[in-house]
Amino acid sequence: MTTDDSLPLSRRLVLKGAGAVALIGLCNLALLPMPAIAAANDKYPENAFKQKSDADAIKALYGRTAEASDKVKLDAPEIAENGSVVPVSVTTTLASVTSISFFVSENPNALAASYVIPEGTLPHVANRLKMAKTCNVIAIVESEGKLFSATKEVKVTVGGCGG
Amino acid sequence: MASTIRVRAISNGEVTEVQALIQHPMDTGLVKDAKGDLIPAHFIQQLTFEHNGRTVFLADWGPAVARDPYVKFSFKGAAKGDDLKIAWVDNTGATDTMMAKIQ
Repeated sequence: MTTDDSLPLSRRLVLKGAGAVALIGLCNLALLPMPAIAAANDKYPENAFKQKSDADAIKALYGRTAEASDKVKLDAPEIAENGSVVPVSVTTTLASVTSISFFVSENPNALAASYVIPEGTLPHVANRLKMAKTCNVIAIVESEGKLFSATKEVKVTVGGCGG
Repeated sequence: MASTIRVRAISNGEVTEVQALIQHPMDTGLVKDAKGDLIPAHFIQQLTFEHNGRTVFLADWGPAVARDPYVKFSFKGAAKGDDLKIAWVDNTGATDTMMAKIQ
């Protein structure tokens, strides 16, 4: 008799437990959508963002060097009055672009932003960067596994690191 | 709390142009406040745009992206009325997500 009683009880407990675990799982999914997305796609390139020079950052991000190309068009102002908001954009006629990155050579860490361009997305990105002082802005376009770059010097009147 | 994300996504039938503006301090961790104490680093690290469960744009950002970040890009394959899902996560683990209708 005792076994008859305890068996359904333990089954119920097990089912309850399974339900609770499922609920917790659902909550996690609902509350934390980003890490799941990030893990499924591209990992945040922590190491590349820590590099000081543009050359090291490019190497850490792509593991290769880039060659200058007139097919990469970098649009940035000649003079930025305010280094804390510098509008920078890039567009290219290169085919099969998979990523576009922006580097500011004299910033404490050169890599500013890196964008993954999946198929169907046009190789054209505009954003706004901070610049510590007058220096080169470098745009890198990854196309068919090769790196192409464009560089432009931006004169900064007031640096973007003031406080 | 109102969303930190403002998005405008406009389709011309073939290409959808997306502009996003996000409210975020993007503190570098190198700037001192009025009392001379360092303001800790606080910046968005990843921003994703999804259409029909497919990532159409992924941004990896460092602290050198300007405060209240702005980004513009375009993609193909969406129609007017489709949903675009935008989500970000910052270096403290904070996140925000929103759905926008493509116009």
